[in-house]
Amino acid sequence: MAARIGVVVFPGTNCEYDVVGALEAAGGGGELLWHGDHHLSGVDAVVLPGGFAHGDYLRPGALARFSPIMESVVEFARAGGPVVGICNGFQVLTEAGLLPGALQKNGRLRFLCQAARLTVTSRASVLTAQATVGDELVIPINHFSGNYTCDADTLRQLNDDDRIVLRYVENPNGSLDDIAGIANAAGNVVGLMPHPERASNALLGSEDGLVLLGSLVGAVASVAAA
Amino acid sequence: MRFAARVEVQLRPGIADPEGATIERALPALGFDGVAHMRAGRSFSFEVDAPDEGAARRKATELADRLLANPVIEQSRLELEAL
Repeated sequence: MAARIGVVVFPGTNCEYDVVGALEAAGGGGELLWHGDHHLSGVDAVVLPGGFAHGDYLRPGALARFSPIMESVVEFARAGGPVVGICNGFQVLTEAGLLPGALQKNGRLRFLCQAARLTVTSRASVLTAQATVGDELVIPINHFSGNYTCDADTLRQLNDDDRIVLRYVENPNGSLDDIAGIANAAGNVVGLMPHPERASNALLGSEDGLVLLGSLVGAVASVAAA
Repeated sequence: MRFAARVEVQLRPGIADPEGATIERALPALGFDGVAHMRAGRSFSFEVDAPDEGAARRKATELADRLLANPVIEQSRLELEAL
């Protein structure tokens, strides 16, 4: 049976169908979960997709963190369940305290919508387990607040524990240490600003996102087999 | 008792503020010279019911820290006034 991956829809989310389609292309099964529900319907993994949850009012992710479903997402993540936040979903994960640091406005205040070259810098996460360290991936970014920042101690810890999973080859947004994606200490929670679902078919210009989503699907399969 | 609260949220010192920097760069073109260290921020106002000023302050501070500001990058300042 294909991995059941829940894709959470908040009011203002707009990448949910792309993520479901790309997960299917990567061999998994995606299904939508509503932010107002309290349970995860027994899914094997959770994706918080991109968009503008709750209109990005206050700060991106600040209100989504209080959506009813987030209590279950936090509990699921703490129990080791795979959770991936893409773009706005990454912002939600930092606001919810599942990942350290914060995403602030891009340097030079530019909204960025372009293909970004990334380097895989760690395989120690559910999103990069099947990638190769040093591989270059071309995956689109589409954000105004993707400028990752954290304090010096946190940055040292991220580096020491091999938790920076993706870095920009050419830093587009001022992100600290070229960070494009990070994982928690256990590697089961990952946030990234680039959109792997938009690089899931050669017709779209790149299928480099499939190795990431395929890793997530594979992580579920390996948990199920254990 | 009811109190009027005003919370001002700004990026912490040392955190780059691209919005403030952009505003500052625009000033010379408008003829404003000698203006430095521009920082952008937001202000929130609301009313709090509480038995006394201490309780109102605690409630408003918690609200500011948990929601209005992201303590990773921002700091907040509270002003309270009995109505």
